[in-house]
Parts: sequence; C-alpha cells; structure tokens
Amino acid sequence: MTKELIKGNIAFAEAAIRAGLQAYFGYPITPQTEALEWMSGRMPELGRAFVQAESELGAINMVYGSACTGARTMTSSSSPGISLMQEGLSYIATSEVPVVVVNVMRGGPGLGNIAPAQSDYNQAVHGGGHGDYSPIVLAPANIQELIDITYESFDLAEKYRCIVMIAIDGSMGQMMEPAELPPFREIKKEHPAWAIVGAKGRKPNLICSLNIDEVEHEKVNLRLLARWNQIRKNEVRFKEYYLDDADFAVVGFGTAGRIALSAVRAAREKGIKVGLFRPVTLAPFPEKQIEALAARMKGLLVVEMNTGQMLDDVMRFGKDLSPVRFYGRPGGVIPLPEEILREIEALATETIPADIHPRDLWFDRLTAELGLTYEAA
Amino acid sequence: MTELQYKETVVFERPTALTPTQTTYCPGCTHGVAHRLIAEVIDEMGIRDDTIGVAPVGCAVFAYRFFDVDFVEAAHGRAPAMATGIKRSLPDRFVFTYQGDGDLVSIGMAEITHAAARGENITVIFINNANYGMTGGQMAPTTLPGQKTTSSPTGRDVELAGYPIQMAELIASIQGTSYVVRRSLHDARNIRQAKKAIRTAFEVQKRGLGFAMVELLSTCPTNWHLTPPDAMNWLKENMLPVYPLGDYKIHDAVKSAGI
Ligand SMILES: Cc1ncc(C[n+]2csc(CCOP(=O)(O)OP(=O)(O)O)c2C)c(N)n1
Ligand code: SF4
Repeated sequence: MTKELIKGNIAFAEAAIRAGLQAYFGYPITPQTEALEWMSGRMPELGRAFVQAESELGAINMVYGSACTGARTMTSSSSPGISLMQEGLSYIATSEVPVVVVNVMRGGPGLGNIAPAQSDYNQAVHGGGHGDYSPIVLAPANIQELIDITYESFDLAEKYRCIVMIAIDGSMGQMMEPAELPPFREIKKEHPAWAIVGAKGRKPNLICSLNIDEVEHEKVNLRLLARWNQIRKNEVRFKEYYLDDADFAVVGFGTAGRIALSAVRAAREKGIKVGLFRPVTLAPFPEKQIEALAARMKGLLVVEMNTGQMLDDVMRFGKDLSPVRFYGRPGGVIPLPEEILREIEALATETIPADIHPRDLWFDRLTAELGLTYEAA
Repeated sequence: MTELQYKETVVFERPTALTPTQTTYCPGCTHGVAHRLIAEVIDEMGIRDDTIGVAPVGCAVFAYRFFDVDFVEAAHGRAPAMATGIKRSLPDRFVFTYQGDGDLVSIGMAEITHAAARGENITVIFINNANYGMTGGQMAPTTLPGQKTTSSPTGRDVELAGYPIQMAELIASIQGTSYVVRRSLHDARNIRQAKKAIRTAFEVQKRGLGFAMVELLSTCPTNWHLTPPDAMNWLKENMLPVYPLGDYKIHDAVKSAGI
C-alpha cells in the first residue's frame, strides 16, 4: 500500500467502506458534505445501501432500522445535524444496536458557522440524547488516525453493541494529508442472533427501547452501565508526546492537540520542559492517566476549541494535584501555535491563583486581548 | 351409556401470525380489527418468517406483543425512516409500519412523505381515528372541524387550529407511490374491503412495485366517549364525508400485475 493525498471527509468515508460498511444514510451539511457525496457514488457502485435522507432525523432513524438488521451502518453530519440526531441516538443506545456516527464539528451554538470547532464535546461525552447512556467518543488528530479509527470503529461498536462517535472538526474534514487506506474487508454474511431479519425457525426477535415496567427498564440502565464499565476498563486511549522528562503538560484533543504539539516543540526549543497529553477516547475519558499526569506535573494547560468543556473533566481528576490553566478559542476560531506557546511560557513562569477557576482567568485574559468588555459577573 | 358422537368443525380461530396474548386495546377499539386483518394476510401469504413489523408510538406501541413476527419499535413518527433502513438492508423481507394519525400525519409527516416520494418498497398501515388515543384524546391533524377533544374543548376551531389533513389524497399525489387507498373498519362489509386492500398492499411489496399505504378509518370509543356501536355510527356519519373511501392511487404497474 502506498500513501495518497486524501481529504479527511473522503478518508473516513472510504475507510468505512473498506471496513465492510453495508449501509449509509445522511444529509448534506458543511463541513461534512463530501463524505455524503462520496458515499452516494461508492455505495451504490458496490451494491450497498445509500439514502440521502429528508433530514438528519430521517437519517438517524434509517440508521437505527438498518442497524437492527445487524448490517454495518453509519452516518455522518456536523453539529446542527448531530443535534437533530440526538433523539435517534438515545433510542439506538437503549436498543443496544451498533452504529458509527461521525461528527465533523463546526462553530456553534445555533447555526453558528462552518468553521472548525470542538464545542460539541459535552453533547458527545456527557449526554446528547435523553436518558442514561454513554457512547464511545473517539477524537483523532490527523487523517491517518482518522482512517485507522474509522476502520476499527465498527468492531468496537459491534463488540459492545453501542454507539461509536468519531468527533473531528471542520479543518480535519476539509484538510488533505498523505495517508494510507486499509485493505477491503469482506462484507459480513451472518446476522447476529439478536438481529431483526424475519423469525424463521424461531420465536420473534424484538428491538425496542420501551419498557413500560420501570423495574425492567432499570435493569436496562444497569446493563448499559455494566457494559460501559467494561468499556472504561478496556478502551481508554491517549497519545503522549515529550512527557518523559516534562515539568509541564498541555492537554488537548483532536486539532487543538495537534496545534498544541507545534507549540510544545517550539517551547522545547526555548528550553521549557513541556509535553503533550492527547486523549484519543474522549469517552471513556483517560481519568487515571490525567490523575497520574497531574500528580507528576508542576502545571497543566488545557487547550480546546471551545470555552473549556474538556477542562471540567481534566479538573475533576487533576485539579487537586496540579495547578490548571486554560486556553480556548470558541465559535469556530482556531488557536495559533504562537498563542499556545505564549500560554506555555506563562504556565512555566507565572503562579496560577488557586482560588479562581481557570476558565474565569482565561476569560479575562482573552477578552482583554480582544478588546471586548462584558458586564462583570 | 352411549358415547356422544360429534364432529368439531373450526369456523373461526386466531390467525397464527397473532400471538395468544390479550391486547392492550380498549373494548370495541378497531386497532384490534386492523391487527387481525394484517395477521390474516400474513398467514394467507405464508410470509410470517420473512416479515418485519415497525411499531409506532401511540396506542399500538405494543403491537410487537401481538404479532408473531420480528419487530422493532420506532420513535414517534419515525417508523417510515426505520422501515427504510430495514428494507434497504434486507430488500427481500416484507417490512410494514403500523401508525396512528398523530404518529403519521403530525410528528412523522416528513418521514412518511419522503418514504412515499422515494417509492420505498414497504407497506404502511395507517390508522386514522381522528385523535391522539394514547395520550388521552387530544386533537390530531385529522380531528374534524368542530370535533371536541381534550385539547380542543370547544371543538376544533379551523381559524385557530386549521383543517384536517386528508392523508391518502396527499400521499397519492406524490409521484413515487404505487398503491394508496382509504378504507374503513366501521362494519363487516368495509372490514372485508379493508382486508383486501391490506392484501394488495403486501402483494405490491412482494412484487417490488413500491410504496403502498392503506389508510383505515378507525374508532376510538374511549376518547370519543361513545359505546363501541355508537362509535361505529359516529365514524360513518362524521368521518366518511371528510375522508371519502376510495382508491387514490393505483399505479399502472399494480394494475397490470393483476393484484
Ligand atoms: C417525541 C414524542 N412526543 C410526544 C410523545 C407522546 N405521545 C405518545 S402517543 C402520542 C399520540 C399518538 O397518537 P396517534 O398516533 O394518533 O395514535 P393512537 O394512540 O390514536 O393510536 C403522543 C403525542 C412521544 N412519545 N414522543
Ligand atoms: S384509547 Fe382509543 S385508540 Fe387507544 S386503544 Fe382505546 S379506544 Fe383504541
């Protein structure tokens, strides 16, 4: 296999096809649309199912139906579309059917814009749809990683009968990088025993998110939690850079993590002993690793393309062990390596007040720099 | 003592595609009749092993308990989208949705319309009982002008709440559809015709001829506050004029298939 220059949206679409994707349902939305377009040509040409749905609501419920047959099924969208899908995702999670969803995040809230953002972290990791459930959320930071994660995501979804969400942002959807596509896998021929395929020779199967008897539904909740605990134990993933001898660590995922890596390298050149911790699974969150990291470091800098959503999780596990600083650019703005470098330098030299939340300190710094004034809290 | 000699002849029994379960429907509700007709068609066509049902949100939310076939339970209004997903992944199975008027005409309007437009090769059984049964008799898009419901206490005021939606006519106007008819369940003759239509709708699917919908005018004695016989009469007198029975779309391909 050789590397080719490939665009993120097409990379994950083709990786899914090669992983044995049997059905894709979607709806156009920038900055994800190339994936839908790619699928519209490739899937029919391979004799597989493709529908451009009437809405994301339609798309996710088609995904739900198709996944109930045991077919490898996925959809992709961007933030406003993913919001519309939350109803279906809650039903899918409860029904324990495996699906893969890619969110090419853009600036929100609202219609926002089509620039890259990471502001759906909380929606993906801490909820989204109603009820108690947790999808696996994976955040690759380059096209090759996006391909590899997508290729594997179906196995993960099937292993745990859960939702796997791949959270990237508009820049990763749009950017081109040299990457290697994986080999074609054979399409699955067998249907899992739970699948809805017609009740030949057996009692009917039912896939349902309804349990009118609350005691029964409590058991469903507990079963989902038991499965989630397995996932927490087995599936935590992260990447570490320059951390062996580091005094300080930057924590960032996806594109923010990638930009932070440039800043870390620049800081190293200036003699600052700093490294990068990049969570790859946002859910399950690398809790223990963050705890251990915080215990080792003199300070942590969390960098995100939002107002500090992962920050809260980092603080939950690390704040008593190490001072935490935050830097974010929300609404579709991408932080520059120079900005993060400056933050690293400040982290290495300034003391962080213990009694003020890192988000509040950042808010004051950023708004002052942007020349913006808001009513004081 | 001489032994009593007799010969048993079965004249009526439960279709095998119905489970021996007590339904959750109110006495006199025509949901049960509609279930029976579908089950008879499944039996007669011998398609129990290949049939997948999609249950709605509404009084038929437990439909999966009553049919002896594989089932999924959709979110409110999304049954046609779910059926699309199933059918696209398993094109050789029979997939049907069973939906009420709140489910299909209100919250699920987009899903049904576009499944029809795509000509999805599925069968839709649509129960029009002019109100939201399950939630206690609120106004539905199909509620008649002037009809009192718990959310139109002085009668549906068309100035404020608009007019009923005639779904069979609307869906029939979409080019992608193949078989769209309206029948009623208010008496034996109409019930027989309803069954024929359901059979045709499944035959259309069997032959891959595309989207079929049978609208069934139904009663909701509980929320109409009528006895079952009075409910039948109310349907006949009040619903038939607004929802005329008939064949709204029979595609040439269906005609020439002779079904
Ligand atoms: C998203 C959502 N909104 C509202 C409801 C509440 N709800 C349950 S059943 C129903 C009405 C169903 O009425 P209809 O489709 O007419 O069927 P019927 O009960 O009359 O057979 C409603 C509004 C729900 N379950 N989900
Ligand atoms: S509430 Fe109405 S529609 Fe529902 S089961 Fe009772 S009679 Fe039938």
